[in-house]
Amino acid sequence: MGKIVNNKIKLEFLSKGENVALARITIAAFVSQLEITLSDLEEIKVAVSEAVSNAIIHGYQNKPEEIVTMTGILKGNTLILEIVDQGIGIPDIQKAMEPAYSTDPERTGLGFVFMQSFMNEVKVESQVNCGTKVILTKQINPDLKNMAVS
Amino acid sequence: MSLILNSKKNTLIIRVRGDFDLVSVHEFREKIDQSLEETMSQNLLLDLSEITFIDSSGIGVILGRYRKVKANHGQMVICGTQPAIEKIFKVSGIISLMPICSTEKEAWKLLEQNTFKGA
Repeated sequence: MGKIVNNKIKLEFLSKGENVALARITIAAFVSQLEITLSDLEEIKVAVSEAVSNAIIHGYQNKPEEIVTMTGILKGNTLILEIVDQGIGIPDIQKAMEPAYSTDPERTGLGFVFMQSFMNEVKVESQVNCGTKVILTKQINPDLKNMAVS
Repeated sequence: MSLILNSKKNTLIIRVRGDFDLVSVHEFREKIDQSLEETMSQNLLLDLSEITFIDSSGIGVILGRYRKVKANHGQMVICGTQPAIEKIFKVSGIISLMPICSTEKEAWKLLEQNTFKGA
């Protein structure tokens, strides 16, 4: 039987690029309470990186003194992540989620594509000039290989 | 992230080590663009065997260099991808744009073949 874990963390950090790594490493450590495959762990790290990068680049337009809030909830083998900014918001969420849509030619517009590919569910709530909340959900598949030997 | 740059046979070789995310893209872009100009290299060989993480910021700056090399009629080849980042490459569609080899040796073979073809 896999472990049943119910837990919650909340992290607030400045909207600096350096904190993108902090956010994904924190979530990787948090979710490692479950028996998780390396593949799932990598996918979660990418999704977190995308959501936090979006908050910094788009939400806060690279202003480094704003606050990003990240909440992680483990309910059984489900991970729910909320990444929240109080930035400029997204006027058209559907358009922002389209593949290859980007406001910057050096960016791919793949942020939401990666989030959608690597998580089971991606929800976006946004209000112009109020901010954006991205809710990412993933069912963690038990790491059967490691469970067999442990 | 750290970068090791070398050039030979009209090719700029870049070895990337560490996390390739939002923080690293500025340095990557500046150093590669500057080195391409200084060495007058037409091709780009990107060795990713020692990267520990990549997201769409990293993919974006790789695609930016690809466009630049293509505009200069050069070739770009990636080598040394690991299983952890292969899915990212698949989802991003980067594999349909440029060759991705397991080793640097294979990458050189491909670069030389294509140069010969183009000659």
